[in-house]
Amino acid sequence: MESVRTQAEAANRKMQPWMRSAGQTLMWGVMLAMAFAIGPVVEQWINPYWFTIVILCGINIILAVSLNLVNGFTGQFSIGHAGFMAVGAYTAALVTMGLGDNVSWVSFVAASGFPPEAVFPIGLALGGVAAAAAGYLVGMPSLRLRGDYLAIVTLGFGEIIRVVFMNMEAVGGASGLNNIPFFTNFGWVYSVVVLTVFCVWRMVHSAHGRNLLAVREDEIAGEAMGVNTTQAKVRAFAMGAFFAGIAGGLYAHYLRILTPQTFDFNKSFEIVIMVVLGGMGSISGSVLAAMLLTVMREALRVIQTWYDVDLRMIIYSLVLIVLMLTRPNGLFGTREILDILPSSWRRKLAGGGTKQ
Amino acid sequence: MDQFLQHIINALSLGSIYALIALGYTMVFGVLQLINFAHGEIYMLGAFAGMYTIRWLRLEQHPGIGSLLIALFAAMAASALAGFIIERLAYRPLRKSPRINLLITAVGVSLFLQYTGQLVFGSDPQFFPVGILELDGYTWTYGELVIEPMQIVALVLSIILMLVLQYIIFKTRLGRAMRAVSFNHDLASLMGIPTNRIISATFMLGSALAGAAGVLVGLIYPKIEPLMGTMPGLKAFVAAVLGGVGNVTGAVLGAFTLGLAEEFLVGYWVSTYRDALAFAILILILLFKPSGLLGVHRAEKV
Repeated sequence: MESVRTQAEAANRKMQPWMRSAGQTLMWGVMLAMAFAIGPVVEQWINPYWFTIVILCGINIILAVSLNLVNGFTGQFSIGHAGFMAVGAYTAALVTMGLGDNVSWVSFVAASGFPPEAVFPIGLALGGVAAAAAGYLVGMPSLRLRGDYLAIVTLGFGEIIRVVFMNMEAVGGASGLNNIPFFTNFGWVYSVVVLTVFCVWRMVHSAHGRNLLAVREDEIAGEAMGVNTTQAKVRAFAMGAFFAGIAGGLYAHYLRILTPQTFDFNKSFEIVIMVVLGGMGSISGSVLAAMLLTVMREALRVIQTWYDVDLRMIIYSLVLIVLMLTRPNGLFGTREILDILPSSWRRKLAGGGTKQ
Repeated sequence: MDQFLQHIINALSLGSIYALIALGYTMVFGVLQLINFAHGEIYMLGAFAGMYTIRWLRLEQHPGIGSLLIALFAAMAASALAGFIIERLAYRPLRKSPRINLLITAVGVSLFLQYTGQLVFGSDPQFFPVGILELDGYTWTYGELVIEPMQIVALVLSIILMLVLQYIIFKTRLGRAMRAVSFNHDLASLMGIPTNRIISATFMLGSALAGAAGVLVGLIYPKIEPLMGTMPGLKAFVAAVLGGVGNVTGAVLGAFTLGLAEEFLVGYWVSTYRDALAFAILILILLFKPSGLLGVHRAEKV
């Protein structure tokens, strides 16, 4: 046992930085490929009800991890994530539906030999970009201010987005968009999950990420050390919004219907509680909490039929209050899942080159 | 011209409601630097407390200003109690923790009250017993101008309450202590002011005003439901920021400004964007004058 450990450590010492980063890139690439590879298997294997839960788990993971970048790592309390999700969802849906039949470029794609699914990544990307632009627009004025104002502004922004979509005839108004093509499958969702976790992970461990942490820990001290705090915050905000937009696109092409009511304050709140429960500043915590709450929601559906009330929200809010009173760090705090594994496992994993 | 005056009158009665809620926001923010998200829900509780008081005491059978005052005071007392309990159980244990935790708790309390309210009161809208004042024959019309007596009652009552609050804050010992705590929390406690008790008192005072607003809004728009507090709560917060958060006169000014802006938007342009207007105003004010209309800019200190 002792010799194994020393061997691993020796291997670790010998490993050059480029080898480590190449190994990591390879690992993420393999995970990405696996998402597509096991997709059809999963679809065959489990029943449609559970498959929906698996898909929603993935979408919620994207939302929670991207919000964690803003709420957890940057320490800005945003409660309007559903607004960005809505922007992405509507944009992506409009793109894949051929901009409301005005442009028949969907049929053009079909005619030129590509599968119709080829418009999907374009739609997702444009949805993400639109959401990021919205995040930039909201972030610029509000992020110069203190955290509590941001909370209200993001909440208000979410409401504005909802009201605007409700009044836009081009996207169906209050009755929403129908007949969105069905493109979302396991492969798409989980490849975006891997991509989101990868990007947020790399962002947090980069120089930009250290700026974000500086903003979280002490904004004034960070500024004194030469960190452009506003820029750091806006960057985190736009990036978080980008992934929320993509999650919205995935959501739209799974349910095939979009109504403005879907993206109300409760949806934003659901994402916030995932982040808080998992631990603000813990990516793996967000992933676990997103999965936990998505499954819990289905379990609570049974109780909900007894009363006519959304008990889920009562339980969520109680969880939030009790968490803040007793364990404000959530499940993991700022630690990752690797940090709380037994140290012998950790060392083995570190030898394999997965640990930072 | 008549239409214009009509909008002014509607805006004043709407603005007076916003003002009563905004005062609670601004006072709590003054002493605790906390946006009390649950404030809109306290206003909702006030409306329900008023309704149940009228029902249980059968005040409808004795309509008149006395019955209205009984309902109003009952609602204010119930709201003050709710504010006290919330502060004691949810906010006080977090006094030393980071502000973001306090904010998350406030959001949690707000949602908890909304959905527990649905469980307790039922999620369907209920009719507020407006028959408590017999004012059917008193609607005053002048050309196209229609003035509902309820609007005047609400406006007068809220102005009286604001004057009482002004007296408490600037002329009493409690008010002086409240101002001291909001000026500097630690220094105030060094001077022998029982800060925790003063914070509780501030919460109760602000909540009582919100409760009164709940009853008055029940008189003007007689449908009340557990989720009714969210929007007015947020709008009142916008009003508080507009006037300069922490500034009592500013809150009233901001509330009437917001009321006017909403009423004119609905009257002369589009009604569907009503709920978006407040937030647009908020973003603009934060962009151009973050300290608000009457607020004093305070440099952030380390």
